[in-house]
Amino acid sequence: MREITDRALDTARARGATYADVRVVRRLEESIDVKTGTLAGVSTNESEGFGVRVLVDGAWGFAASHVLTTAEADRVAAQAVRIARASATALRRPVVLDGRPPAHGRFETPVAEDPFAVPLEVKIGDLLAADAAMRRVGGIAFTDSTYGAQREWKTFAATDGSYTEQVITHVGSGIEANAVDGDELQRRSFPDSGGGWQGAGYEYIRSLGLAANAERVATESVQLLSAPKLPPGRRTIVLHPSQLYLQVHESCGHPTELDRVFGTEASYAGTSFLTTDKLDSGFRYGSELIDIVADATAPGGMGTFGWDDEGVAAQAVPLVEAGRFTGYLSSRETAPRIGRESGGAMRADGWNRIPLIRMTNINLLPKPGMSFDEIIADTDDGLLLAHNRSWSIDDRRLNFQFATELAYEIKGGKLGQLYRNATYTGITPEFWGSCDAVADASSYVMLGTPNCGKGEPPQTGHVGHACSGARFRNVQVGVMK
Amino acid sequence: MSAIEMRTGGTPAERLAIAEVVLHHAEAAGATEAEVLVIAEDAALTRFANSEIHQNVAEANVRVSLRFVRGKRVGVAATGRTDEEALRRLAETAGRISDLVEETADWTGLPDPGPIRLVDGAFAAGTATASPELRAEGVRAVIAAADAASVTAYGSFATTVETVAVANSRGIRAAEARTSSQLITVSMGPEKGTGYAEAAAVDATTIDAAALGREAAETAQRSAQPVPLEPGDYPVVLAEYAVVDILDMLGYLGFSALAVEEGRSFYEPGKRIGSDLVSIRDDARDPAGLPASFDYEGVACEPVALVDAGVCRDVVWDSATAARAGRRSTGHGLPAPNPYGPFPIHAQMAAGTTPRAELVRGLKRGLFVTRFHYTNPVHPKLAVITGMTRDGTFLVEDGEIVGPVRNLRYTMSYLDALAAVEAVSSERRLLKGFLGGVLVPAVRLSSWRFTGTTGSD
Repeated sequence: MREITDRALDTARARGATYADVRVVRRLEESIDVKTGTLAGVSTNESEGFGVRVLVDGAWGFAASHVLTTAEADRVAAQAVRIARASATALRRPVVLDGRPPAHGRFETPVAEDPFAVPLEVKIGDLLAADAAMRRVGGIAFTDSTYGAQREWKTFAATDGSYTEQVITHVGSGIEANAVDGDELQRRSFPDSGGGWQGAGYEYIRSLGLAANAERVATESVQLLSAPKLPPGRRTIVLHPSQLYLQVHESCGHPTELDRVFGTEASYAGTSFLTTDKLDSGFRYGSELIDIVADATAPGGMGTFGWDDEGVAAQAVPLVEAGRFTGYLSSRETAPRIGRESGGAMRADGWNRIPLIRMTNINLLPKPGMSFDEIIADTDDGLLLAHNRSWSIDDRRLNFQFATELAYEIKGGKLGQLYRNATYTGITPEFWGSCDAVADASSYVMLGTPNCGKGEPPQTGHVGHACSGARFRNVQVGVMK
Repeated sequence: MSAIEMRTGGTPAERLAIAEVVLHHAEAAGATEAEVLVIAEDAALTRFANSEIHQNVAEANVRVSLRFVRGKRVGVAATGRTDEEALRRLAETAGRISDLVEETADWTGLPDPGPIRLVDGAFAAGTATASPELRAEGVRAVIAAADAASVTAYGSFATTVETVAVANSRGIRAAEARTSSQLITVSMGPEKGTGYAEAAAVDATTIDAAALGREAAETAQRSAQPVPLEPGDYPVVLAEYAVVDILDMLGYLGFSALAVEEGRSFYEPGKRIGSDLVSIRDDARDPAGLPASFDYEGVACEPVALVDAGVCRDVVWDSATAARAGRRSTGHGLPAPNPYGPFPIHAQMAAGTTPRAELVRGLKRGLFVTRFHYTNPVHPKLAVITGMTRDGTFLVEDGEIVGPVRNLRYTMSYLDALAAVEAVSSERRLLKGFLGGVLVPAVRLSSWRFTGTTGSD
């Protein structure tokens, strides 16, 4: 590997790069999909290649190839330099990187049971068992049970002498039952609408209890068909972690990405309402109960690593402390512009993509006091919303609307009526400001999403979110007619 | 380095030769049927923000996937390597998977070969040889237009060569090189004015970057200082950039044979879902789009009428859904394994008879919407979608745009939207959709349901 990385860096330097880095990545993926009792797909995919990123005259260039030879390293490094020179013809602010120390070392995701060593028939059998349990419930139209695993072997080298090696493993699995009656389609999923995902081995899949929850999930999807629609109104809502994590993702994770703040994602995903003046002024993002941290060291998170894709060591960066906005997800290029050092959030989707500022593990910290069940018991009149069904948020991350699979009335601290087609909407800081309870650590769980989209060309990110559940007051619900 | 050296390339014949090698390995490993799909891509994208180039990338990539069938057992494996050892191992891996899985009870076999007439106009040398300097030149033209209007430019200019080759054990041999390019730009002014423009083309050299820059900049100037507007039901004119989302979403949710089979689609043959003015078809062979001759199963793409004068006519089919229904694939298969089913990649909405400029003049009081943002299904079967407006939302009174309004959230059935179409522009634009090129007009609708607005900040 050294031969490829050295050659690419030497060529880039020789052609005029003032800084260059190269990532050589091999990615192995496995997926299984069971649809309504039939094995719809089993596949493996391997991909390997390298990408060279260079700075020339203060401008970026990047080129990548799947051909791992020294001759190709020469060609690709030269191409990256040529691209950077083209970038320099439309440059207004030359890039300046922070001065992080060279990175050296090795990191590996802790894995108890190697998912790629578990026999395929075992993994298929686990899915089929869960799928069969869902289909034993009368009224189920179709089911979907999925499993996925991804492992990356990643070598990073840079002209400052950095050289790191990482082996990162992510696994996920989930089940979904769908009941249909005329125009009505009701889905129930477990443990989450995108499946449960962690940086872990097959031991995590075993811990999910898919088969044990299958009958309940399927029964709920059938019950939802005859449940009344959630009436509109302003209500107290209690968000289960299976919904709250996505609320954190969309309304805290994305707006704290410093590249969005500086406009570099404006043409695609948008910008952010969390402008830098709000950092300086200690903007009130939420109530005093809100502590949110970007923690790339959190156990089990899909945003956990040894170094980011610029060679910055994994760290925990506070984003919101006691409700005040205090930090960003940042990079070596963006952090100096606010007088800080990179928080280590640059991540690339494989060898053929440049690193972008991405979420690591954006965690809403638990609060001692009430457990999640005690929050429900403490709620006189409200709704329990769980398991995401739909999401949308504006280009500055202010106006959001979510739908959930489940909505239960809470009356006098007890769960009651089940509603279908539940939605809620709000404005980010008002919503977080209305939080009056965050559950304690007993329900704190690491979740995440394996399909966070960003960038052009598009990149798919694996990010983690730990949370415990929380309560919000005076929230608009029931938006759909 | 010459421009052509930026491509690592591979001709369609060379990619088909790789497929032949894998097919040979699969048959040697005991496959009763096998299908090899090779997708090679030389892609580059120059991205700009704050009126400067900030990201600029190129890649050479290839993916070889094998559908290995033993009886009714199907295994799929893919690799990004094309050396002999990797291709042999690909066959072994897919074969091993096929041994481990249970039989696919309704396995209908791989598709049979049929005549494939390669479409004209799928490939343009102007895109294949596009250099970083050419893309930078286009970006500079956009930035110059923004500078002239005292706004800031953001966007990207992408050029792609995709070479697709399919070979299967039943005799399908199909290979084709396709090019595409896309320039998008958002302009942002100092007083919260934003604008958008986009174009897609087979030939990157036909994209008028300066004109797109001017279009976005003018919208940004006109949308400065937007005022709040009470949510509610308003008649609207949707620009082409918004209409493309309607076609994409309906394609994803309903115009797929698998969606119908699973009961999750709104589609029923003969069901009226739109006004008489609404006709939607998928036509991969139309040179006005981003053409393709065959799908990812090597089946010739056929034009499909999805909605004819407001009435559902058909959906798109791949080989599996077609065989189960006892009919022929329309050539809309995606790469295996594909749990999502076929997809209308090359959707297009028929042009109407109203000049685009006349659409707004037909509004007594309503809104002009440039584009939608972050749309997502709330109720898939009813095609209820939520999203936000973006980059230029304007109040219209007595047929004239009177001023910009803040972005609005909507929660609206796209089927209700089709039913509300009361005028369709006579001009259309080629834009990039979820997966391919989409041809769309602008439309006027009698009602659109806005359910919220952005906060005061």
